Amino acid sequence: MNFLRDWMMPMQASEHAAKVDNLYLFIFLLTLAFFILIVYLTVHFAWKYKRKQEGVLTVNLQHNLALELIWSIIPLILVIGIFFWGFNDYAAASVAPNDALEIHVTGKKWNWTFEYPDGTRSIKSLHVPVNKPIRLIMTSEDVLHSFFIPSLRVKQDVVPGRYVDLNFTPTVAGKHQVFCAEYCGRDHSGMLGDLYVDTPAKYAEWLEKGDEELYKMKPADLGRDVYVRAGCQSCHTVDGSKGEGPSFKGLFGRTEKFRDGSTAVVDENYIRESILNPQAKVVAGFEPVMPTFQGLLREIEIKGVIAYIKELK
Amino acid sequence: MADTVATPKAHGHVEHHDVDYLHDGSLLSWLTTVDHKKIGVMYLWSVLFMFFLGGVFALLVRLELFAPGKTIMDAETYNKVFTLHGAIMVFLFIIPSIPAALGNFVLPLMLGAKDVAFPRLNLASFWIYVVGALIAVTAMVTGGVDTGWTFYTPYSTTTDGSVALMTFAAFVLGFSSILTGVNFIATVHKLRAPGMSWFRMPLFIWSMYSTAIIQVLATPVLAITLLLLIMERTFGVGVFDPKLGGDPVLFQHFFWFYSHPAVYIMILPGMAVISEVIPSMSQKTFFGYKATAFSSVAIAIVSFVVWGHHMFTSGQSQLAGAVFSFLTFLVGIPSGIKVFNWITTMYRGSISLQAPMLYALMFLILFGIGGLTGLFLGALSVDIHLHDTYFVVAHFHYVMMGSTAIAFLAGLHYWWPKMFGRTYNETAARISAILVFIGFNTTFLPQFLLGSRGMPRRYYDYLPEFQFLHQVSTVGSWILGLGFLIMAGYLFASLRKKMDAPANPWNARSLEWQIASPPITHNFHETPVVTTEPYDYYRPFEPSVKEHH
Repeated sequence: MNFLRDWMMPMQASEHAAKVDNLYLFIFLLTLAFFILIVYLTVHFAWKYKRKQEGVLTVNLQHNLALELIWSIIPLILVIGIFFWGFNDYAAASVAPNDALEIHVTGKKWNWTFEYPDGTRSIKSLHVPVNKPIRLIMTSEDVLHSFFIPSLRVKQDVVPGRYVDLNFTPTVAGKHQVFCAEYCGRDHSGMLGDLYVDTPAKYAEWLEKGDEELYKMKPADLGRDVYVRAGCQSCHTVDGSKGEGPSFKGLFGRTEKFRDGSTAVVDENYIRESILNPQAKVVAGFEPVMPTFQGLLREIEIKGVIAYIKELK
Repeated sequence: MADTVATPKAHGHVEHHDVDYLHDGSLLSWLTTVDHKKIGVMYLWSVLFMFFLGGVFALLVRLELFAPGKTIMDAETYNKVFTLHGAIMVFLFIIPSIPAALGNFVLPLMLGAKDVAFPRLNLASFWIYVVGALIAVTAMVTGGVDTGWTFYTPYSTTTDGSVALMTFAAFVLGFSSILTGVNFIATVHKLRAPGMSWFRMPLFIWSMYSTAIIQVLATPVLAITLLLLIMERTFGVGVFDPKLGGDPVLFQHFFWFYSHPAVYIMILPGMAVISEVIPSMSQKTFFGYKATAFSSVAIAIVSFVVWGHHMFTSGQSQLAGAVFSFLTFLVGIPSGIKVFNWITTMYRGSISLQAPMLYALMFLILFGIGGLTGLFLGALSVDIHLHDTYFVVAHFHYVMMGSTAIAFLAGLHYWWPKMFGRTYNETAARISAILVFIGFNTTFLPQFLLGSRGMPRRYYDYLPEFQFLHQVSTVGSWILGLGFLIMAGYLFASLRKKMDAPANPWNARSLEWQIASPPITHNFHETPVVTTEPYDYYRPFEPSVKEHH
């Protein structure tokens, strides 16, 4: 049966995923059997009792109690069985153990941000240690979103104005796909995330230093990566066209005019301030809607963004 | 002239009696008619136009998804297009399709009545539908709507576009649906011909009656919900938006309290048509008449207490999830009983494989897939994975389109000769039916696989690993479109012919086949007296309608 599972389902990255797949496969084979029965009888009768001459009378079969009881009671028993099976696995997965690692998740059009117990924050990439129960405490800052990790078979709507839980214990190290599964507008299909399941040592190191790739990349490449990952692209274009915020093309060195009438030349300090305290200077013609990235971006990432903007002449 | 149906004693000319209902073809006679047949036909052209419009949007959605990233439109346009596809198909096509178009035409005929109980109310419900449709079209061209047909808050109360207008359209359309329901309930209770006891009613009537009960009881809840949404959006009254002290999950409860029963407003009429077509095309007594009749009523009742299965991941309590999951499995049983009854009715019959029966056979297979895949979604742990993925999209298309729309086509081909007095090209109809079947499955079977592999729904862009299955699906939509193009061709062609349809082309036994095709304005020269069961195909035919000399 493994080939069927691998064909229909994503990889299994937890024990819960294996349980879900077992029930999925059970229902698949059961419904396949019923479907074959339905198709066989339909096609067989349609063929065998095809009209041979017009105007014939047929037999009077109105009901058959035994037959009707069989096809009512057997499916009833089967579906009640499926109900309990599905409910048990669901209930078991709904409860977090006491020692679960708690990570806060915030959904906002169109990005996920994560806050770890030690104060570390990250955007888009969620890092967790392998084989450790994880409890995500999630909320939304705007509309409904849904945090969906196919390889763990878990999904939970993220609702503004309240906290909701999502529990899992990943058993397979590596990178796993995260989707937003509740429609949330223009970039809904771009509201993706990466779940990194790390060894405990690697997880501890990540909390300390961030992604090691950061230190190997050229600053401008890192900046382009942050531009996409942190969601700058939702509002700032790089081709000079107008978005919800000023385009990055030709920004560096330009003299900007602000809503209060003052002006300034765009330099490293101006960009840094705009990232960390975006309401300090708002360019004329734009709304003060940009969120702060204080604590969300590491120093090296801010330097990268500055380098990237410098390149966009 | 408009009053003649309401006051049938007001005239007595023989020539007038013999005029078929299509005879007076002036525009005014159509627009002001209180004849249930003409109203049914006006509904028919309206819903067919809406089906065409919704279908064009569907083809655009599939074309955009042929490749990841931008193919023919940007993300904002795509979001509007899939919203319009859903809203048009649900509110303007599927819900009114069988009850308002076929039901209006057939239900009084089957009961041996001269019209529905409230003919003027019937005309009012048609015009309310037209007004609702016009408001919806206004919303489309003045900003559009990008919320999805479910209007989930707080997205729907904060996004731009004509959301308030579109929800108002759905609000208005709801009244059309309620009035049709009230009319059918009263008609079934009061206007059955002498001798037509409840258990002599064709199963079509039982199913339409169950549908009408849901329409009357559930639709007001949608009206209230949409009104609250409009109040919040327009006047800032906080009901659903947490920023205003509301609860967004409350909206989902309200919405699905209507919209799950609405799923049965859509499928029960499909079952109604199949319950007529199969015994008549098989010339066979219906197997399990009472079980099927009571199954319709049971489905109508249980459908009110399963709405929470749309919300397993919404943040509702685990206990609520468990209760809704259990009830959901129970509602599957009466549907299963019906499927077995339909199949057993074919056993030892004399089965004609003409177009209506081809569609009925397609229904059995497609409804089988639609119903059985519901078991995956009813099971809590499995649904958590599949919720809001393409698996759900495929599942409900098998039920809404593969079952209800296919049953609508079965009914359309079955009653077409009665409605217009003309036959259509049978060969073209069979070719089209086969193309529709192949196209439908090519479009939607791959979507189950997309969904179980994790592809979320309502995605403009997708990961490269999903591309192949999306392309298969898009090619399927073209085959489906071709099938419908051929259908439009032979149906329009048949209308240009002289009237050639016999009164009873299927050798069927219900009352509508015992009168002329097309029927005369007052349906029956004399009130029929029913002395037989509805599906007595085991003994020689005893007409209930007297020959007119």
